[in-house]
Amino acid sequence: MILGIDTSLGSAVAVIEPDGVVRSQVDSVDPRGHAEVIGTLIEQALAEASASPSQVTHVVAGMGPGPFTGLRVGIAAARAFAMGRGIPVLPVVSHDAVALELLLHEALTGGYEDGSLETFAVVTDARRREFAYTVYRGLDDDGLPVRVSEPALAPRDELEDVLAGAGARRRDAERIPAALLAIAGARALAARRVIGPADALYLRSPDVTLPSAPKRVVA
Amino acid sequence: MNRTAPLVLGIETSCDETGVGIVRGRTLLSNTIASSMDEHARYGGVVPEVAARAHLEALEPAIRAALDESGVTLADVDAVAVTSGPGLAGALMVGVGAAKALAVSLQKPLYAVNHLVGHIAADILDADAPPLEYPTVALLVSGGHTSLLLVRDLTGDVELLGETMDDAAGEAFDKVARLLGLPYPGGPEIDRAAASGDPNAIAFPRGLSRASDMADHRYDFSFSGLKTAVARWTEQRQAAGEPIPVADVAASFREAVVDVLVTKALAACRDHGVPRLLLGGGVIANRRLRDVALERAAAEGVTVRIPPLSLCTDNGAMIAALASELIMSGRPASTLRFGADSTLPVTEIQVAEEA
Ligand SMILES: [Zn+2]
Repeated sequence: MILGIDTSLGSAVAVIEPDGVVRSQVDSVDPRGHAEVIGTLIEQALAEASASPSQVTHVVAGMGPGPFTGLRVGIAAARAFAMGRGIPVLPVVSHDAVALELLLHEALTGGYEDGSLETFAVVTDARRREFAYTVYRGLDDDGLPVRVSEPALAPRDELEDVLAGAGARRRDAERIPAALLAIAGARALAARRVIGPADALYLRSPDVTLPSAPKRVVA
Repeated sequence: MNRTAPLVLGIETSCDETGVGIVRGRTLLSNTIASSMDEHARYGGVVPEVAARAHLEALEPAIRAALDESGVTLADVDAVAVTSGPGLAGALMVGVGAAKALAVSLQKPLYAVNHLVGHIAADILDADAPPLEYPTVALLVSGGHTSLLLVRDLTGDVELLGETMDDAAGEAFDKVARLLGLPYPGGPEIDRAAASGDPNAIAFPRGLSRASDMADHRYDFSFSGLKTAVARWTEQRQAAGEPIPVADVAASFREAVVDVLVTKALAACRDHGVPRLLLGGGVIANRRLRDVALERAAAEGVTVRIPPLSLCTDNGAMIAALASELIMSGRPASTLRFGADSTLPVTEIQVAEEA
């Protein structure tokens, strides 16, 4: 059994079988409160899958991109769960889960009203008037979405131009489907590939201001 | 669960130290700390986002190191403990997320506890000290907090007598060090500079110590006025074209901080008829603070307890120790329904306790 955890937008946890059969998927759309819900969601996903922690063989971690405070909770949880069981963590770019969902849906339904998904961008809210986006084109032989460009940030009012330049159709995502995240991880595992980064995809440097000279208190 | 000498793994991520501790009952097996202090040095203070990122990277290696040092495996652990607050929210969340997932994966109980009460629990791990007696007054001083507590029972009755209204004492050291052109962290630098200085050279103010403050702020602290006073004094010297006697400024500043801390702590002992004072927090590493506290307490017949310094700075062992006490006193575990609480009051020793 494979456990998928993502907190890059809301909080989402899923349990799948290694061949991709989804056993459970639970969500909290609260864009904050990741730390509050993560333990309950993991417990709930295992219970709905009728799985015990000892049956989990791999943990798939959504590595972002995402606003950092929430993103870290899921990664910390994925690593700790895996450590508790002595099993590996499979890192996956969170946008890959959305891309895989879109591509599988297209394959099943024969396409979208506004044309094919030849080249498209998964777009998520990065806060601070920015979007995070990743450009994709189709599935590879391992059944994994092909990233044309890696996750990046664009100011809200420049995103359309950026995507037009890349020839990518925009696909906004409000949530990361944890089951598809786990499936991407399972496919990577089957193909003996590592498809995600080892570290969180913050895409932003920490907010810091270097101290200026001490302010004078006497005018 | 073993309730006589539980094996507890504690996780602490409230500020810039990633602490993982393992205790068995009251015996310390490991106190593993990874600090991101060096990364904050160039900013002159703890940067919350830098600290939180460092926790995520340091936590897993710290847990492994603590297990190695203790010679135990995760399967042996009776319970997981974690700091729920107070502290930096983003930093706390890393520990909370990890601790919950670890507890679920191990199918072991989780205890979510209060960081400040953890500082008191650190004392229990001191194998050389006689058992902690109640009630005791506790003075906790660090870069993040300055609190005066009345502890009637570590696991059930801790009262906040007073706390800082603005900067923590450790923060005041950092800020004044910067004023004097000394590097971060300021505590050891001020100490070094003060060594050759005269603590009575300059009469810096003692915050919230006037008679008029005593009604509402008898046990509260304030250090921002002191910092401003130091700044004003040095600027006036500079304006007059005179050199700054750094050693005297450092010694006089330090004396003002130490004096107000010790005076208020001993007043609390006197007012409550408690002849015991426990010191905790990273600033206790300051030699002058310990010396003045010991000297003046002895004169008033107050016994001072100081845990080993490695247990005074933020650490996971104190979190494990507090959970171990809760377990041994029969308290149920926490549910998974709690978050990081950056302002968790000290009266909440354990959060989200099962009904
Ligand atoms: Zn502390």
